[in-house]
Amino acid sequence: MSLWEYANPVKFLRLSERVLPWCWAGAALCLVVGLTWGFFFTPDDFRQGSTVKIIYLHVPSALMAINTWFMMLVASLIWIVRRHHVSALAARAAAPVWIVMTLIALVTGAIWGQPMWGTWWAWDPRLTSFLILFLFYLGYVALWEAVEDPDTAADLTSILCLVGTVFAVLSRYAVNFWNQGLHQGASLSLDKEENVADVFYLPLLVCIGGFVLLFLALVLYRTGTEIRVRRTRALIAREGRMAQAEQA
Amino acid sequence: MRALFFRDLRLALRAGGGFGLGLAFFLIVVVLVPFSVGAEAALLSRIAPGVLWLGALLACLLSLDRLLAVDWEDGALDLLATSPLPLEGIVAVKAAAHWVTTGLPLVVVAPVLGVLLNLPVSGYAVLVLSLALGTPALSMIGAFGAALTVGIKRGGLLLSLLVLPLYVPTLIFGAEAARRAADGLDAGTPLMLLAGVSGAVLACMPFAAGAVLRVNLR
Repeated sequence: MSLWEYANPVKFLRLSERVLPWCWAGAALCLVVGLTWGFFFTPDDFRQGSTVKIIYLHVPSALMAINTWFMMLVASLIWIVRRHHVSALAARAAAPVWIVMTLIALVTGAIWGQPMWGTWWAWDPRLTSFLILFLFYLGYVALWEAVEDPDTAADLTSILCLVGTVFAVLSRYAVNFWNQGLHQGASLSLDKEENVADVFYLPLLVCIGGFVLLFLALVLYRTGTEIRVRRTRALIAREGRMAQAEQA
Repeated sequence: MRALFFRDLRLALRAGGGFGLGLAFFLIVVVLVPFSVGAEAALLSRIAPGVLWLGALLACLLSLDRLLAVDWEDGALDLLATSPLPLEGIVAVKAAAHWVTTGLPLVVVAPVLGVLLNLPVSGYAVLVLSLALGTPALSMIGAFGAALTVGIKRGGLLLSLLVLPLYVPTLIFGAEAARRAADGLDAGTPLMLLAGVSGAVLACMPFAAGAVLRVNLR
């Protein structure tokens, strides 16, 4: 029994079918509880007023955007090294989720920034590097769509993902050098005593949990779809070949 | 390797267009800037380093889709792949030829165009130096992008979408160096960082590009 067993699409599908309902239910529960709690049952911040509540969307989506990127990097590496198709398909399935998470983070950030910083957008290092990442993954998805042969596409995109990661990290520190930040420092870190005041912190944790489960559910679901699409295509191709053989 | 390098140079020279086109494009971009932002001398001299860098970057991008596609279409790339040269070397040589035909002329004309944009006197030396350091990296990153999209019909637009985000660090350090020098500040730090980025790209990118090309030739 090892993790690699799930590289077998049949086993992967069987497991994901068992896990998926729990993921959907957990995500729905966490998001409903966390967001309701956060939006309606926490006090307003004494300086930021009720705008502080956008934290419940902004922080989890930004967090998941970075984590999805990391997951795609790992999936690409596994594809390059061990050539498990499920891994390549998972990377492909995660990319649109990634884009949506990034968009949520950027848009909620802009909505919060308007009353707080007095501007929708500032060329701050964090904001800028997120935007660059967003543009980069548009290219990533476009490349997946443009290459017809699925294995070639998987190879090309995973190498692009590796190279892009190096450049993304490089850009992150380069923009730091280029402009000073307006964005606050990291709000959450593991080694701090208290990150955010407890009233805000607990619903935030629930929301983060909800986003993680939602991401898991979406990626598993989309990967399953990709596997089935692949399988259908193979069946159609086989039918075609058999029909040809009969004619000859 | 040397033969391939000179072959690429000759092809670029004789095909017409290829050699001068990037330069002409650079010139036009720079000439259009005053029309779009106004011809106020103080404003122009402030944005001159950035405009020159951006123009050079776009001019580099212009000829990238032909970098490998021509050889891909007529089968020369398959022949090259079966030659004893490693694919990594082939890509590196092609990027070098691309730099000599596009990057180097840009470096040479940049100060002339700087005059058009009223670039402060202190900026010229560092502008040329930063372009000379940065454009090889642009060519090499571009070669990687070209190798990625070589098998795709009409991959030109996709190529720009893929390559431009990768140009960000080079552009930031290069333009920052030129800007600092134009403002009369010390440009040593960004220049060193630019050289670092450039060196790392030149050292590592051929391998990525070679791997990608091998996938595409499969």
